[in-house]
Amino acid sequence: MSPRNWQQALAAHPAPIEALVVGASAGGVSALLTIFSGLPANFRLPIVVVLHLQDNRRSELAEVMGRRLGVTAKEAESREQLQAGTLYFAAPGYHLSIETDHSLSFSREEPVYFSRPAIDYLFESAADAYGANLAGILLTGANQDGAAGLATIKQMGGFTVVQDPQDAHVPTMPLAALELHQPDVVAGLEDIRALLIELEAA
Amino acid sequence: MAPERTRDIELRLLVEAIYLKYNYDFRDYSGASLKRRVRHALIQLKCQSISALQEKVLHEPGVFMQLLQYLTIPVSEMFRDPGYFLALRQNVMPILRTYPSLKIWIAGCSTGEEVYSMAILLKEEGLLERSIIYATDINPVSLERAERGIFSLDNMHSYTENYQQAGGLKSLSDYYTAAYDGALFDKTLRANITFADHSLATDTVFAETHLVSCRNVLIYFNKPLQDRALGLFHESLCHRGFLGLGSKESIDFSAYARSFEALSRAERVFRKL
Ligand SMILES: C[S@@+](CC[C@H](N)C(=O)[O-])C[C@H]1O[C@@H](n2cnc3c(N)ncnc32)[C@H](O)[C@@H]1O
Repeated sequence: MSPRNWQQALAAHPAPIEALVVGASAGGVSALLTIFSGLPANFRLPIVVVLHLQDNRRSELAEVMGRRLGVTAKEAESREQLQAGTLYFAAPGYHLSIETDHSLSFSREEPVYFSRPAIDYLFESAADAYGANLAGILLTGANQDGAAGLATIKQMGGFTVVQDPQDAHVPTMPLAALELHQPDVVAGLEDIRALLIELEAA
Repeated sequence: MAPERTRDIELRLLVEAIYLKYNYDFRDYSGASLKRRVRHALIQLKCQSISALQEKVLHEPGVFMQLLQYLTIPVSEMFRDPGYFLALRQNVMPILRTYPSLKIWIAGCSTGEEVYSMAILLKEEGLLERSIIYATDINPVSLERAERGIFSLDNMHSYTENYQQAGGLKSLSDYYTAAYDGALFDKTLRANITFADHSLATDTVFAETHLVSCRNVLIYFNKPLQDRALGLFHESLCHRGFLGLGSKESIDFSAYARSFEALSRAERVFRKL
């Protein structure tokens, strides 16, 4: 892949970014903590995250992340409207989607690659809802969930970022993504962190 | 306003066609899930576009029935969210016991896992004999499977775990025999169950009930349709009747927020005021 750096790629994106979706699996918690660590407390974009977890009924993920990062973080609720400056986490046991009116919705269809929530659900629905005004990031993970969804984001004109497989705790998920499409950016966590700060400043 | 995208137009027309031709009303279902289901159906039913699917659906009722299998999401489990059944056992059954006879409505029962779970719970609480259970859904194929009461043996391990967490008094295997590659549930469990086609989107109330359990159905509805369904439950429930919802469903922001009190907010068990 050509060594185009992320600054150029971001500058070349033709539409303003209005929302960010992120998917991660094995090794995801520390990856998320790294990329979000530069976010200002009053960040601009709504950010929605699917992190694969055990199918427990309750998870403290949002709470822990909010506390560690010093930002507003919460577990997604059915039918709530996305707000700026909020980090949303999918709840265990349900797929999470973004509707065209930018509200969140749940569904309880079969798991995808053994995962529910599935990254593909979030990414595909977000691509439909935001088109070119969306950025999607796929991080470390041990399965193929999210690869198809990220390709859909690109196909709908959105901006896509894949963690450099060499930088990833588990490279399977980034590699699966790279097999399906050529993203705008392939980068390590530190660069992705810088990219998010730049996105915020835009 | 930007013009609607062709696919969105096609989807709206398909849903309208289904309503006009078959009186199944998906017009107020969440878009994201519906789109995904239709996209999946396009592949399985080998259609190039939603318009092509619409043509088939209009001319071949069999194709509509196939499409319905994708649209209705027949995914369920026995004692799904065990804490819910535990809350029913601990907080609702003691009050239901004070009635000489009981009517229970399980709306959106899918392939029956929830119905048999409820029947087992009632049986263990000594209430099954005096209960009539209405198990309703819009998918006739699911209703038929529910009536048969045969579930995959592969799932019995996780269902047993759920059953125990739900406060089960015996062993789940006491209620089924292995047959036809499946777990065939005890016929006496379903002696008082009526399986019926009923839509929360288009039908009206059919009985007065003491408990309504409607789980993982409202998540697929938009707000107006959720309100319609909650209105049916409210109308059907007797004075101080009980309503149980799925773990991501709530009455909080609905038109009926003030018509119910929470008995167990965490487990989504409510009581009519
Ligand atoms: C995901 S299943 C839930 C099954 C079960 N209640 C559970 O929680 O495991 C959703 C069910 O709702 C049914 N459904 C969808 N729309 C409906 C409507 N308008 N009226 C009644 N049932 C409906 C579907 O056919 C499907 O069987």
